[in-house]
Amino acid sequence: MEKTPKWIDVGLIPLLNLLIAFVISGIVVLLIGENPVQAIKVMIDGALGSPYGWGYTLFYATNFIFTGLAVAVAYHASQFNIGGEGQATLGGLGVALVCLAFPWPHWSIALLAAMIGGALFGAAWAAIPAYLQAKRGSHIVITTIMFNFIGASLLNYMLVNVLRPRGSMDPATARFPKSTYLPTFHDMPLIGQFFGKSVPANISFFIAVLACFLVWGLIWRTRLGYAIRAFGRSESAARYAGISPVKIVMAAMLISGALAGLMAINNVMGTGHRLVLNSVEGAGFIGIAVALMGRNHPFGVFLAALLFGFLYQGGGELALETTIPRELITVIQALVILFTGAFDNMLRAPIESFFVARANAKKEA
Amino acid sequence: MDFATIIELLDSAVRLGTPLLLACLAGLFSERAGIFDIGLEGKMLMAAFFSAAVAAVTGSAWLGLLAGIGGAMSLTLVHGLASITFRGNQLISGVAVNFLASGFTVLIAQSWFQQGGRTPQLSGNARFEPITLPGADAVKDVPVIGQIYDNLLSGHTILVYVAFAMVPLTWWVLFRTRFGLRLRAVGENPESVDTAGVSVIRLRYTAVAITGVLSGLAGTYLATGLAAGFVKEMTAGRGYIALAALIFAKWRPVPALGATMLFGLLEAISNRYPNIDLGVVNLPIQFMQAVPYILTVVILAGFIGKAIPPRAGGQPYVKER
Repeated sequence: MEKTPKWIDVGLIPLLNLLIAFVISGIVVLLIGENPVQAIKVMIDGALGSPYGWGYTLFYATNFIFTGLAVAVAYHASQFNIGGEGQATLGGLGVALVCLAFPWPHWSIALLAAMIGGALFGAAWAAIPAYLQAKRGSHIVITTIMFNFIGASLLNYMLVNVLRPRGSMDPATARFPKSTYLPTFHDMPLIGQFFGKSVPANISFFIAVLACFLVWGLIWRTRLGYAIRAFGRSESAARYAGISPVKIVMAAMLISGALAGLMAINNVMGTGHRLVLNSVEGAGFIGIAVALMGRNHPFGVFLAALLFGFLYQGGGELALETTIPRELITVIQALVILFTGAFDNMLRAPIESFFVARANAKKEA
Repeated sequence: MDFATIIELLDSAVRLGTPLLLACLAGLFSERAGIFDIGLEGKMLMAAFFSAAVAAVTGSAWLGLLAGIGGAMSLTLVHGLASITFRGNQLISGVAVNFLASGFTVLIAQSWFQQGGRTPQLSGNARFEPITLPGADAVKDVPVIGQIYDNLLSGHTILVYVAFAMVPLTWWVLFRTRFGLRLRAVGENPESVDTAGVSVIRLRYTAVAITGVLSGLAGTYLATGLAAGFVKEMTAGRGYIALAALIFAKWRPVPALGATMLFGLLEAISNRYPNIDLGVVNLPIQFMQAVPYILTVVILAGFIGKAIPPRAGGQPYVKER
């Protein structure tokens, strides 16, 4: 059987799908009586036109790298982890508990501890659905959806009844001690002079980039990664090769949950400096779009996260400067998921058959 | 708790359970035909918006109902194309449908009405008004039976009665008609249906079309019966609770009625009593809100009877060549 060239598979088809998603988004903008070209200008200007814009774009991208990697790792084991939202929520709880537990002497130590806390809580929230999938065959998509809601309720309870400081009306934790504040781009040598004080992008961005490399190494350069990919391709073949399904599903989902939980070092520890309700703001779901677009490769996830960071920040500017609500971003996100995910075969089937036919014709000639 | 309070709680359980029931039956048709549908939430939301928008503009709840069904249908078509024609991942398509609805409704609402993503308040004929069943006023003062008839059974909108009528109708269609037999077969073993010379594609499209109509009814009831207009994200997870109820009911119509009414009752209780003190433990409102989801996980885990989904669910059908 002839295979299509790789650049078509990972380059041309995703780009075409993306293009369709954006063209339809443009049509939607036209339909609500706005000018799509003007809208793109505002978005590019707002997200990439200034260090301020970049600071926000990279801040959002950091969230999406973590959640995108989370979806990607689970996907390699053919598990669709839709629970990134809940795992990131719980990760926030873990990070907040660590930050509040102890008067940390230095941010670097606090960061290490918070990473462990966030990852552990995120992994724990993925552990039950993973266990039920592995041991009892309960569909992981449904259980992780349910755990998103249970997680939201749990956080609500913790913030209102347990962690809220006395006398405060806000359902939020107390402010973290100053010593846990992470250095933002403004505080860093070399690049600090370009970024203003209010820029939220912080050191977590570099940890996210590091996570991309680590995930790449894990998936393609370790025994566990090999087992995960083998299991993801064919469960029965992996089983025959002596790979334990329970172990792989658990391992992949725990890593996935931990990655989603790690997001909290950016949005909770990096900027909010306290845990509030709904601090995740849908980033867990955007991770699905990011992983699909990035074709579950860490480098792809990185690029897709940058794109969504741009969309998110640009969308915010759009809502400020025009009458287009920021929900336009939700529509774009939906269309990206639809065309790069669910409608993937629409273009893939004809393009692939075209290349197979051409290759066969060449062979005969 | 006196009798009148119980009746009131049950009455509000019926109101709150109705959108869940309609959405649950909607999901039942789709999933029984082998198409997983986690996009019920989005379809309801779309229907809620279009029904409220058209009802607000035309002043007719009935035209709103048509628009609501149309809105849900458009998303059904997207899901059908993705999962039947393009043989894509049904779960991913469902996620996309939910986001599409969540963004699109606010975008259009803002463009049409400029009220921050909501429709104008509906009143008069733009809403479905409560129907007083015959004789309800006459028996109002009869103890117990009169109270039940007047306060619990009477005084709902037409959509509530339609929803309840859909339960036996769904049962009859699924288990007593040829169409129902084929629909169930296509969800369990599509090859056999194909071998019998029946089109799998057409059956599945029919099933998701029924899903579109029912989830359209569910969303319309939310916006024009239960509430008086559309507000952003007004489904608030009801589509997922309906999905939970569907699993809870093990994909059967009569248990679906029980499950959705139970979840409706839970919502009614937590609305009325934010904190429940059981003496030993104090159940916080957040726990009550999470109960449907926790119950579903427990059911899925197979600790209380096993929930086995239709066998061919989630798999695109590829005809042998």
